[in-house]
Amino acid sequence: MSVAPERGADASRPGWGVHAHRALSDAGIRQVGYVPDGGLSELLRLCAADESMRTVLLAHEQEGPALAAGAWLGGERAALLMQSSGAGNCVAALSLIRTCRFPFLGIVTMRGEWGETNPWQLPMGQGTAAHLKQCGVMVSRVDDAAETFETIAAAAAIAFESQAAAAVLIGQRVIGAKDFDG
Amino acid sequence: MTARAAPETSLDRRTAVATLLAGRDEVLVVPGLGSATWDCAALGDNPLHFSLWGAMGNASMIGLGLALAQPERRVLVLTGDGDMLMGLGSLATIATQAPANLALVVLDNERHGETGMQPTHTAWRTDLAAAAAACGFAETRQVADEAGLRAALPLVHEAPGPTFLTVKVHAKPLPRVLPPRDGAYLKDRFRAALLGPDAACP
Repeated sequence: MSVAPERGADASRPGWGVHAHRALSDAGIRQVGYVPDGGLSELLRLCAADESMRTVLLAHEQEGPALAAGAWLGGERAALLMQSSGAGNCVAALSLIRTCRFPFLGIVTMRGEWGETNPWQLPMGQGTAAHLKQCGVMVSRVDDAAETFETIAAAAAIAFESQAAAAVLIGQRVIGAKDFDG
Repeated sequence: MTARAAPETSLDRRTAVATLLAGRDEVLVVPGLGSATWDCAALGDNPLHFSLWGAMGNASMIGLGLALAQPERRVLVLTGDGDMLMGLGSLATIATQAPANLALVVLDNERHGETGMQPTHTAWRTDLAAAAAACGFAETRQVADEAGLRAALPLVHEAPGPTFLTVKVHAKPLPRVLPPRDGAYLKDRFRAALLGPDAACP
């Protein structure tokens, strides 16, 4: 079965990650907490190569909101990059963001939707937006790579100027479905 | 093996925290839920303490974000064994970042103090300082008496981090001493105290 380009496969062709990195850079992001995902590979590579950013490999997504809170206490801006399967792992930690009105910016690469061939991804992928909204996070989506920059820039404004929580979901159609057959 | 009936220690947690923070009003402290927060409040309210009334399992990572943002300032996470156990994976995250200015101190009473003194894993076999060492912390230690605690003060306040100290303390309920409880206020006044008045609400 071949429904889409393999996830993160063509690293030589600039994709949404270039626009996302520019948006994070323009927003003054200094700390980038992440749990790796194939779909995040280009963005993570650009962040790691950016001397104004520090990438922080997390053992568990719940560490991301706390890292962002600590960064803000110290005068820096942070973002959390993760796959949709990790959104549920943030639920309790997002109470810290909401209670203290910390800024929070999440970039979530989607699984469990368009073209998904692993049924284990469906429950969390289908629930990602609802779970985040339930935690007080304002959720927007990118389904066309050309809209990446403006969508993340808008979410960053909500996070750091309105002092709220915002997440941008990068649709699986933008990233490409993971191919288990090839 | 059953849980130990009580930690093997001669240290009282309030006295231990007073020893740890005496003359250290400038250190940036993240007191974890919940007894550590009451212990720090018992020393007097300090805007450079970001005291947690919730967010169990997150104190260590708040400390990491703060330490990375403020590399010239010493950052101390002061929390309990229950909070540390809930965020155990963060020990690997912190050791990988290796912030030289970060120290974690766990007041280990081997109990979940806020929910009725039920035993935690440390009442059986789990050794949190050994876990931190295995994750790659620069220096780790466990103390259970006043002399050991005083000897460990350089590890907490000066040694290149990340450092980790387990302080075994009695499992006795103490009167709660409460800091302000509004999280947004605690956050804004911390930023104002650290970064200047304009940072409270940019």
